[in-house]
Amino acid sequence: MKSIANEDLIGSKSMPHGNDVCQGPSSHSLNKKVTALVVEDNVVNQMIHKRLLSNLGIETQVVENGKEAVDLHHSGAVFDLILMDMEMPIMNGPEATRVLRAMGVRSKIVGVTAYSGDYEKRVFMDAGLDDYYEKPLTMAKLVSLLQELVDNN
Amino acid sequence: MLGLGVDQLRADMNQLLALLFHQGVLDDHFLQLQQLQDVTSPNFVYEVVNIYFHESEKLLRNLRVLLMDRDFSDYKKMGIHLNQFMGSSSSIGAKRVRNVCFAFRAVSEQNNRAGCLRALEVLEHEYCYLKNKLHELFHIEQQRVMAAAVRYRIQD
Repeated sequence: MKSIANEDLIGSKSMPHGNDVCQGPSSHSLNKKVTALVVEDNVVNQMIHKRLLSNLGIETQVVENGKEAVDLHHSGAVFDLILMDMEMPIMNGPEATRVLRAMGVRSKIVGVTAYSGDYEKRVFMDAGLDDYYEKPLTMAKLVSLLQELVDNN
Repeated sequence: MLGLGVDQLRADMNQLLALLFHQGVLDDHFLQLQQLQDVTSPNFVYEVVNIYFHESEKLLRNLRVLLMDRDFSDYKKMGIHLNQFMGSSSSIGAKRVRNVCFAFRAVSEQNNRAGCLRALEVLEHEYCYLKNKLHELFHIEQQRVMAAAVRYRIQD
């Protein structure tokens, strides 16, 4: 599978939250890795999603719930892609997405969850998702997601 | 002779996998799981599946404890457990277990306790079958790896 780790990207891990993460082309560096955050309480899915992303050369962090994702962003972390589970303890996916968007996080946030009804899907999308996939995430879905990320940047 | 052993074991594994696919016990997501395994992570499938077993048995215990309570009414909690079980089962390609969880969840949404008890029994049965077959698969794989290692040493 072709790695996209060397593609030019928007975003830098050193940017504090609330700042505009859009940078002009002159500040992009070559060989800059795509970064991803997996927000998921299920250990099996954590392992699989992390492995899927790592195999594509994506630098990945994993947290267990929405609050940890929010705290990470408060501490200044920025990610190109956030995979957000829906049902999690402490802070669920829709709530975490709303908080992150309110903080000014402009990363691509994709909801990934086991089957849910149209209403739950709509609530999740309205919270600020860019996209939504039913579990399990596959390599094909992920490549398509990442291609969109690269194309949009 | 040892070479035949390795080849026979490989054939046995493929036959078992084909059977499990034919029965609908596994689906393509199990193949994806296998494709995630490589030299940098040679036991990935085994590790993930063992965690799946551990987590699943916790969920099954939780479901049984909930339903054994005569005053049980927390169907929302039951739904959360079932979503967890469905999610991880889908991810490893455990298609029949996933489908039973789906049916179980539909019954729980009707607040039907008797139906849930029946569904739990079906789920426990399907899970046990899956676990036994995956253990069988790992056992054959382990024997194949050992036989291949012996053959390699003899050839040296």
